[in-house]
Amino acid sequence: MSNDNSELNLNEYVTAMVGGQLFGLPIRRVQDVFIPDRLTRVPLAPPEIAGVLNLRGRIVTLIDLSLRLGLERLGNGGPTMAVGVEFRGESYGLLIDSVGEVMKLDAGALERNPINLDPRLASVSAGIFRLEGQLLMVVDVDRILDIPTRAAA
Amino acid sequence: MDDLLREFVTETNESLDVVDVELVRFEQDPNNAKILDNIFRLVHTIKGTCGFLGLPRLEILAHAAENVMGKFRDGMPATNEAVTVILATIDRIKAILESLERDQREPDGSDNDLIADLERIAEHTKAAAEREKAAPPPEPERATRPGEVSLEELERVFRETPVDPPPVVKAAPVKAAPVKAVAAEETVKDDDNAKGGNQSIRVTVDTLEHLMTMVSELVLTRNQLLEIVRRHDDSEFKTPLQRLSNVTAELQEGVMKTRMQPIGNAWQKFPRIVRDLSNELGKKIELELQGAETELDRQVLDLIKDPLTHMLRNSADHGLETPVERRAAGKSEHGHIRLSAYHEGGHIIIQIADDGRGLDTDRIKAKALAQGLVNEAEVEKLSETQIHKFIFAPGFSTATTVTNVSGRGVGMDVVRNNIDQIGGAIDVKSVAGVGLSFTIKIPLTLAIVAALIVESGGERFAIPQLSVVELVRARKGGDHRIERIKDTTVLRLRDKLLPLARLSRLLGVETDAGRDVESGFIVVTQVGSQTFGIVVDSVFHTEEIVVKPMSSKLRHISMFSGNTILGDGAVIMIIDPNGVAQAIGSTVTSQMIVETIEDGRVDDASEQSTSLLVFRAGSTQPKAVPLSLITRLEEIDARKIELSNGRHMVQYRGQLMPLIVMNAHVAVKGEGAQPLLVFSDGARSMALVVDEIIDIVEDRLAIQVQSGVAGVLGSAVIKGQATEIIDIGYFLPMAFEDWFRRKDQAVSERQRSILLVDDSPFFRNMLTPVLQAAGYTVTAVGSARDALAMLEDGRSFDVVVTDIEMPDMDGYQFAEALRAVPRTAELPVIALSSQISADSVERGRQAGFHDYVAKFDRQGLIAALMEQTDVGRAA
Repeated sequence: MSNDNSELNLNEYVTAMVGGQLFGLPIRRVQDVFIPDRLTRVPLAPPEIAGVLNLRGRIVTLIDLSLRLGLERLGNGGPTMAVGVEFRGESYGLLIDSVGEVMKLDAGALERNPINLDPRLASVSAGIFRLEGQLLMVVDVDRILDIPTRAAA
Repeated sequence: MDDLLREFVTETNESLDVVDVELVRFEQDPNNAKILDNIFRLVHTIKGTCGFLGLPRLEILAHAAENVMGKFRDGMPATNEAVTVILATIDRIKAILESLERDQREPDGSDNDLIADLERIAEHTKAAAEREKAAPPPEPERATRPGEVSLEELERVFRETPVDPPPVVKAAPVKAAPVKAVAAEETVKDDDNAKGGNQSIRVTVDTLEHLMTMVSELVLTRNQLLEIVRRHDDSEFKTPLQRLSNVTAELQEGVMKTRMQPIGNAWQKFPRIVRDLSNELGKKIELELQGAETELDRQVLDLIKDPLTHMLRNSADHGLETPVERRAAGKSEHGHIRLSAYHEGGHIIIQIADDGRGLDTDRIKAKALAQGLVNEAEVEKLSETQIHKFIFAPGFSTATTVTNVSGRGVGMDVVRNNIDQIGGAIDVKSVAGVGLSFTIKIPLTLAIVAALIVESGGERFAIPQLSVVELVRARKGGDHRIERIKDTTVLRLRDKLLPLARLSRLLGVETDAGRDVESGFIVVTQVGSQTFGIVVDSVFHTEEIVVKPMSSKLRHISMFSGNTILGDGAVIMIIDPNGVAQAIGSTVTSQMIVETIEDGRVDDASEQSTSLLVFRAGSTQPKAVPLSLITRLEEIDARKIELSNGRHMVQYRGQLMPLIVMNAHVAVKGEGAQPLLVFSDGARSMALVVDEIIDIVEDRLAIQVQSGVAGVLGSAVIKGQATEIIDIGYFLPMAFEDWFRRKDQAVSERQRSILLVDDSPFFRNMLTPVLQAAGYTVTAVGSARDALAMLEDGRSFDVVVTDIEMPDMDGYQFAEALRAVPRTAELPVIALSSQISADSVERGRQAGFHDYVAKFDRQGLIAALMEQTDVGRAA
């Protein structure tokens, strides 16, 4: 079954909702999806950093994606989720509102960012897929984690 | 076969490392049969295994080396040549092993050269042995002093003491891991470790890391179970759970220990390196290793190995002189390199020091200029120490000739980078002709530390126990009170004032601004020479924590040094006492100043801070005096104050000391303790009555508002608060009317005159009375130009006292200007400076200063004046 896909050059994305927008993260970058528990906030940290937590013995830094992307958090009551990614040997969790299905999308259908896209979103977007009824923005994980740290506090 | 081969390669490499070290030791101590036995056995094992595995090339080489060593055992002297050839053989064996590991087979090639050498030595010395036997051994051991036990004997005692075998066999499989570390330790400590070769097993680091994680999980689960049992009072689980708890704790400790390795592992190759270097360079070098047992995380160990090796080579190559040069410099022929390691305040300090020629300041200066790291004007202001720090700049190397030994294009900047990477710091101290020492400070990141778990602003934090001095509970009206000085809080602890900082405020997590500031727990913390209190809401317990490096996104927060996972599974941040100390505002002595050099900036003279004593007297507004003027701070029993002749007096050190009240608002206390500031000059003392001594602060002293009130120089902002700066010179004559005059009698003829040049009105005002007191007439001017104008007008003075750091024309230029005019060319000039370095003294001498005195050194200044004006003789 999976052999049929090879000709189409399909990429797989883990989809996630943040602030009412659908995002896709390349599946090979996603390590796991978890429900953050016992989050420790870090004083003096950049606002995008929600805190640190212990995930099976590893310390994971949680990034609040909605703050990072300049989107509004939708406090829809459900448990907040996090997507675990690795960046330069360190573990990060991207805080999202909810996680969706894994989608296989044709790389050829990836469109460039509209030029009027919010600069904050544009800076982390790797392109847009037009899905039925909504748009999916592919995020560049490396660029999301390139958080400007202010001068030493 | 593959596995067998791999194991052989690793094991042989390890044995060869030991042989390396032992051979060097043996060469120095040729009579030590035990060392030789050990070497012999190791080489023999290698030979045997090679034969078994069918590695002819290695076998022949090892055999030839063994032969020579056999001759050593038979009494052949261990000549330098013989040892060199054996060492070369070992290197060859290592090279073969390397390709064996790569290609799974012995490389082609011939070792006939070495074998011939080895055989020649074995043959040649057979005959020589007889002759040598009669002669004294080439390098005799130092004679044992009476009551002293020789090293050899000591070692024998250790060896012969029965030791319980490590509990490896009995332990659970997981327990086997710690043995590796133990075995590694032995490698360094003793030569007889190899007999226990089978008691250690090799474990990959991943396995250890995994174990560590699993143990953490186990601890969490155990804690959950304990929590459940606690809720059910009479549980039958209690006893087995207690047992489980203990076992878990031990297991955790054991696994943690496997990560630690003695630093000596990184030093193992150093004796050999130094031996080779001394041969190659024709220098005599002694290497001293101290604190090899200091443990640190193996990851950190790996990272510092290369920097240390590089620095050792540097010391041997550039630092130490040749025997001829050393003799000419009056030093012993043997150069000395000392490497030491020890724990200090949550850090590991590694020092590498040599007694060589030190850094060449001029060459570094020239190179720094050439590379554009600093410009001509700036470089002159830099102290020698600051110039030395340029060696850490990228691409900086002062060696004029690139030698085989250390000129390999890697400089100290690489060393510094490596050390930076692990969050360490490096500093250099050099004294020309005396030696050079590097101090590396590495934090115990990744290591295990005991930490105090505290709560502040609703969050828990860990404070490394090593920097915690004590814990104080502060209560309103209690023995230990938190007192406020406007916005800052201090703790009066055993009559000392301790600056306090509320952790929640430092971290910006204050939950309730109106919180009762007068109570709380105070963690008294020491960083370097600085002591301060961190106020927290509550203190829980002490826990051994595994310091985990912070995410790179958080590393810029200087308040934290890392984070950790607590026993209950929560992640908490570890407070960095250094960061807190900085936030509190005072300079931390242990902090490296490399950063300021990078900027190429030097603190402006006016930015220099002065130690000030802040106190209160008569009003709520704080007052301050430069600390250096005060002889002592005293607190006397108010009942001891006597009223004599309408003046307050106190018996102090066998003399009556007058007490001076600054103004009518200050009341001398009738009971309790009366704080005093004691000023002394020679045998006389007087004391200023104050209401309260507040603090000692380091701050820039800039008088912003001049005062019309007698006894007050003006107001300055000190630590954010308007503070009156007191003119002590005004009060001194109030105690003894002749305070300033009594010395005049000694000067028979005319008074000597001083021209005082200083841009700071404060210093002019402060020094004028002091100089007058010493019997001089003083004319004070605010700039060098004014002074020159005055001299041109025909005014004459006996001596000039000038500040160095002045705007427009500095002290050096001023002195040079004076020298240029014949009339003033002979005028003695005394320079005052807040920083005195060998460099600036030399510069001053060239400019024409007759003497050089530290700014606050009144005694020194007066002595210098006496010398320059011959008052001493006249008196």
